[in-house]
Amino acid sequence: MLHQIFVAPFVQMATLPDFFLQVLWEGFVGGVLYALIALGFVLIFKASGILNFAQGIMVVFAALALVWLYEIGVPAYIALALCILMMLLLAVGVERLVLRPLVNQPDIILFMATIGLTYFLIGLGEFIFGGEPKVMITRQLGIPTGSFELEAFGGFIIIQQLDVAAAVIAIAMVLVIAVFFNRTKIGRALRAVADDHQAALSVGISLETIWVIVWFTAGVVALVAGIMWGARSNVSFALEIVAFKALPVIILGGLTSIPGAIVGGLIIGIGEKIGEIYWGPLLGSGIENWLAYFIALAFLMFRPQGLFGERIIERV
Amino acid sequence: MLYREVGQYNTSYAQDMAVFPIRQDRVAIALILVIAFLVLPLTASNFFLSSIMIPFLVFALATIGLNLLTGYAGQISLGAGAFMGVGAYACYKLTILFPDVNIILLVLVSGFFAAGIGLVFGIPSLRIKGFYLAVATLAAQFFLEWCFIRIPWLYNYNISGAIEVPTRTMFGVPVVGPAATPTVRYLVVLAIVVLLTWIASNLVRGRVGRSWMMVRDMDIAAELMGIRLLRTKLVAFAVSSFYCGVAGAMMVFFWFGAAEASAFSIRLSFTILFMAIIGGLGSLVGSFFGAAFIWIPPVVLRSVPEAVGFRIAAETVEHLSLMIVGSLIIVVLILEPHGFARLWQIAKQKLRVWPFPY
Amino acid sequence: MSPVHFRSDNGGGNNKGGKDMRLRLLAAGVAAAAMLFTSAATTSVSAQDGLYIPLLTYRTGPFANSGIPIANGMHDYLAMLNERDGGIGDAKIIIEECETGYNTQKGVECYDAVKPKHPLIINPYSTGITLALIPKAGVDQIVILSMAYGLSASADGNTFPWVFNPPATYWDGASGVIKYIGEQEGGLDKLSGKKIGFIFLDAGYGREPIPLFENAAKKFGFELVQYPVPADQMQNQSSIWLNVRRDQPDYMVMWGWGAMNPTAVQEAARIRYPMDKFIGVWWSGGEDDARPAGDGAVGFKTLNLHAVGANFPALQDIKKHVIDTGKSQTDPARLGENLYNRGVMNSVLMAEAIRTAQELTGKAVVDAADVRRGFENLHIDQARWEEIGLPGFAPEIRVTCDNHNGHHAMYVQQWNGETWEPVSDWFEPMSEFVEPLLEAAAEAYVSANQPWPERKEACE
Repeated sequence: MLHQIFVAPFVQMATLPDFFLQVLWEGFVGGVLYALIALGFVLIFKASGILNFAQGIMVVFAALALVWLYEIGVPAYIALALCILMMLLLAVGVERLVLRPLVNQPDIILFMATIGLTYFLIGLGEFIFGGEPKVMITRQLGIPTGSFELEAFGGFIIIQQLDVAAAVIAIAMVLVIAVFFNRTKIGRALRAVADDHQAALSVGISLETIWVIVWFTAGVVALVAGIMWGARSNVSFALEIVAFKALPVIILGGLTSIPGAIVGGLIIGIGEKIGEIYWGPLLGSGIENWLAYFIALAFLMFRPQGLFGERIIERV
Repeated sequence: MLYREVGQYNTSYAQDMAVFPIRQDRVAIALILVIAFLVLPLTASNFFLSSIMIPFLVFALATIGLNLLTGYAGQISLGAGAFMGVGAYACYKLTILFPDVNIILLVLVSGFFAAGIGLVFGIPSLRIKGFYLAVATLAAQFFLEWCFIRIPWLYNYNISGAIEVPTRTMFGVPVVGPAATPTVRYLVVLAIVVLLTWIASNLVRGRVGRSWMMVRDMDIAAELMGIRLLRTKLVAFAVSSFYCGVAGAMMVFFWFGAAEASAFSIRLSFTILFMAIIGGLGSLVGSFFGAAFIWIPPVVLRSVPEAVGFRIAAETVEHLSLMIVGSLIIVVLILEPHGFARLWQIAKQKLRVWPFPY
Repeated sequence: MSPVHFRSDNGGGNNKGGKDMRLRLLAAGVAAAAMLFTSAATTSVSAQDGLYIPLLTYRTGPFANSGIPIANGMHDYLAMLNERDGGIGDAKIIIEECETGYNTQKGVECYDAVKPKHPLIINPYSTGITLALIPKAGVDQIVILSMAYGLSASADGNTFPWVFNPPATYWDGASGVIKYIGEQEGGLDKLSGKKIGFIFLDAGYGREPIPLFENAAKKFGFELVQYPVPADQMQNQSSIWLNVRRDQPDYMVMWGWGAMNPTAVQEAARIRYPMDKFIGVWWSGGEDDARPAGDGAVGFKTLNLHAVGANFPALQDIKKHVIDTGKSQTDPARLGENLYNRGVMNSVLMAEAIRTAQELTGKAVVDAADVRRGFENLHIDQARWEEIGLPGFAPEIRVTCDNHNGHHAMYVQQWNGETWEPVSDWFEPMSEFVEPLLEAAAEAYVSANQPWPERKEACE
C-alpha cells in the first residue's frame, strides 16, 4: 500500500518519460488557461473589491456570442470586434445597473449580486443562443489547428498547435495587462481605486469610469479565455464550471495579485494533472474535481492570504 | 391605530424573557401554526403540498442552518449542499441498517453525522477568513460530492449510484416511499421544521448565539473577552451542518423519494446561500422569507402561462425564469441589502405608527 | 441638547420618501405574488378529451445537443398524426413538453405537475429520472416508456408491470458490443487477454451496463478498464484520455450523452486513438457528436436500433404536414438524423401501443391502464412498419406480458465524415448470457426495495 503511494507513481514517471512529459505539457496548458480566467477575477477584485462570480458565465457568453455572430453570417474578425464591443456594453450595463446602486455595500452583497448576474446571463444566453453546445470558429480566427508530434524518449509527445497558441496568447495577455497596470496613467488610477475608494474619489478619479474600464478588460480577458477553452472543447454552458477551477488558483495566488494568478495557475494546473494521472487510480479517479481545492487549502493554512496576496492586518 | 403594542407590561422575569413577549406576536404565530397544520392539509391540492410547501419547508430549514453559520457566526460557507447530502446518505444507510427504527428518529440522528463532517471541514476557519474561507468550503462541497459517487457503500452498491427511498410506516400509515400521501409527508416535515426552528430560536437568543454574534462582529475582540474561538466556530459549523443534514434527509425522504449524487451539487449550495441572503442574514424569519421568495416564483412562473392561456415553449419558460430570478435577486439586493427580514421590520414599524407617517 | 428627536430604526427623516416607496413596492409585489400564487395553486385540471401525452424533454443545458433532436422527433411524429390522420383512431393527441434539463429533481417535478392531468405515458428520457419514477408508476398507475434506456431489469414484466423498455436494454447493447468485438477479433475466444476500456457518464445511465461488462470480462477473459466521466467534467476529459493513452486499451466502448459525446470523440482523435476500435452505444450516435471532430472522427462506430435518413414516407409526411407548415421547431436539414429518427421511433411505439389499446378496449379515448395492456400486446411486424410509412426502419417489435423489452436486434454503423453508414448486419444480443443476469437483477431490485408490490394486473 505504501509502495503504491510513494514508489509506484515515480516508477511510472520514470519508465514512461514521454508520457510524463505529455502530462506535464497538458498540465502546463491547463494551468495557463486557468490563469487566464483567474486574471479576470483578480482584475475586478483589485479594482472594486468584488469577487465577480459572473466571470465564468462571461467567458461562456462571450464565446457563444462570437460563434453566434459568425453563424448568422458576420465574417470572423468583424465578429471578434463586435464581441469586444459587446463586452464593453456589458461592462457599462453592469456598472450602471448593478455596481452603482450597490456602492458601499458589504462585499458579500456585491458577491451575491454577481451571482444574480450569473443566473441572469445564463438565462439570457440560453434564450438568445440556444442551449446546445457549439463549435468554436478556431480556423476562421486564424488560430492554428492540427498538431505536431515530437519524438522523445522512445515514445512520442503530441503537442496541439492550439495549445501552443493558447499559451502564447495567455502569456502575452498577462504581460500586456501587467504593463498596463504598472506603467500607464489609467493603470495607476486602477491601483488607487483598489487601495481605497474614498481616497481615490477625493483625488478626482472617477470611480465609474474606472469600473467600466476594469469590467471591460475583464470582459476581453473572458472573451480570449472563452475562445481558447472553446477551441479545446466545445462552447456550451458546461464551460461555466471551469470557472470554479479558477477559484483555487486565485486563492493560492492571492486575490489581489496578477503574478499570483499565473503562478497559482501553473501550480494548480500541473499539480492536479500529475495528481490525477499518477495518484488518481488509487482513489478511484475523478479526483481532479477537488484536488485543486485541497492543494490551495494546504497552501492557505500556511499563508492565509495566498502566496502573493496582501497580508490582512486586523485591528481591534 | 389598529396595531398597538403599547400597554403590555411584563411583571415577571419569565414574561420578560419569553420568546414572544408581545401579544400580537403570539397571536400571529398561533394563527400561522393553525393555518399550517389544519387549514392547508384540508384545503390545498396535492400539487401545492408536494411541489410547493414541502420543498419550501425543506429549503427553509437548510437556510436556517446556513443562516446560523453565515448570518450569526459570520463564517461564509458554500458547502451547504454537500452537508445536506451527508444527511441524506446517512439517513439512507441508517434506515437500511435499521429498518424497524422510526424514520423520523433516523432523520434527526442523521443530522449528527452531518454535524460531525461539518466539524471536520470547519477546522480551516480557524486560520482562514472571508472569501478565502468560502473557497475552502467549496473544497468540502466538491470532495463530498465525489465521495457520494466513489464510496459505493453509501448507496448500497446499487449499480446506478442512486438511492431509492423504501417505504416506512408510522402507526400503520406510510410516511416515506411511493405510497406516502403528500398530506402525511407535509405534516411530518412541518412538525420537524417547527421543532427545529424553535430550538434554533432558543439557541440564537442564548449564550451560544451571542458568542456567535460576537465572533461575527469582531473575532479578535471576542477572543480578548474570553470567548474560545476554536470551540465557538466549530460549534457553529456543527450546528449548521446538523440543520443542513436534517434538511437534506427530509429532501430525499419526504420530497424526491430518490436521489443521486448530482442532487447535492454546487447549484444547491448557491440556492441555499441566495435564500439566506435574500431573506436576510442573521434572521430566522428571514430564512423563511428567502426560501419562499427563491423557491415559489419559478414554480409559479412555470404554471402561470398555462393558467392564463399562453402557449410558451417549455424551455423558454425555463430561460425566462432564470433571467427573472437573477434580476430579482439584483433588484432585491439594491432595494434592501439586508433582505426581506429588514423589510418586514420596517413594515412592522410602519404598522406601529399608522396612520401617521412617523 | 437638541429637542427630543424620534429616531425610527429605519434611519430618520430625509429618507422617508425612499422607505415609503420601498414599502409600496413591497406591498405591490406581495399583492401581485399572491394573485399569481393563488391562480397557480388553484389551477384546476382541464378536462382532457383526448390522448394526453406529456413529453419530458430537455432543450437547454449540457445535454441539449442530444435532447433537442429527440424532442423534435417525438413531437413531430405525434403532431404529424394529428395533422394527417386527426390523431390516433380519431382521438386527438394532446402533446405538452416539460423541460427537465436531464435533471432528476426537475424530472420528478414535471411528473408531479402532469400527474393530475391523467397522462397516458411518461417518457423520462433520462435513466436517473426513470429510476426515480419506477416505484411511483405502479402506485400512480401511469405507464413509463423508457425506450432503450432506464433500468435494464425492468424488462421483467412480472416485477415491473407499468414499465416498458423496448427494443433492447443496455445489457443487450453491452452484450452486442462484446459480440461485435468478438467478431472483429475472429471469435469470442480471441477476447481473452485483451483490454477493453469503458468510458461512461458517471450517472445512472453510464453505470447501468457495468455489471454485464464485468460478468463478460470474467467469462471471456478480457480486462475491463473503467473511465467514469462526471457530468460536470464532460467538457474537460483531457485527463481521462491521457489515462487512455497510457493504458492503451485494444477497444474503447462509450456510454456517453449530451456534451460528453463530442468531447470524447474529439479527445480520442487528439490522442490518435484508432477510431474504428471506438464503439459507442446507440445514444452516442448523434451526428453532432461526430461532426465537431472533423476528419478525426471518421471511423467512429456506434450501435443503432433503427435506420438513419429521411427517405421514408412517414418522414416525408412529417416534412409536409408539420415542418413545412411551421408547426415544428425542427430545422428541415435535420430531418432524418439519427437522434431525430430515434425520437420518431419512440413516438411510433407510443402510437402503436395506443392503437392496440383502442382495439382491445373498443374505446377511442383510452386511459393509462388500457395503454398498459396495449403495450403488453404490442406487435409491429414488417407489414405494419410498411403501413406506418417506415418500411425496413426497424426489426419486428414484439412485447409481451412478462417480456417488456423483447431483446431485439441491433446493428453497428460507422461515421464516414458526412453520415452514418451501416457496417454490419442486424444481429441479436447474446440472450443466453443476458437473461439470467436480468432475472437476478430484478430479484435484487425487489429485495432492495421492500416492500415491493406484487403484480395485480392480469396477463392477456
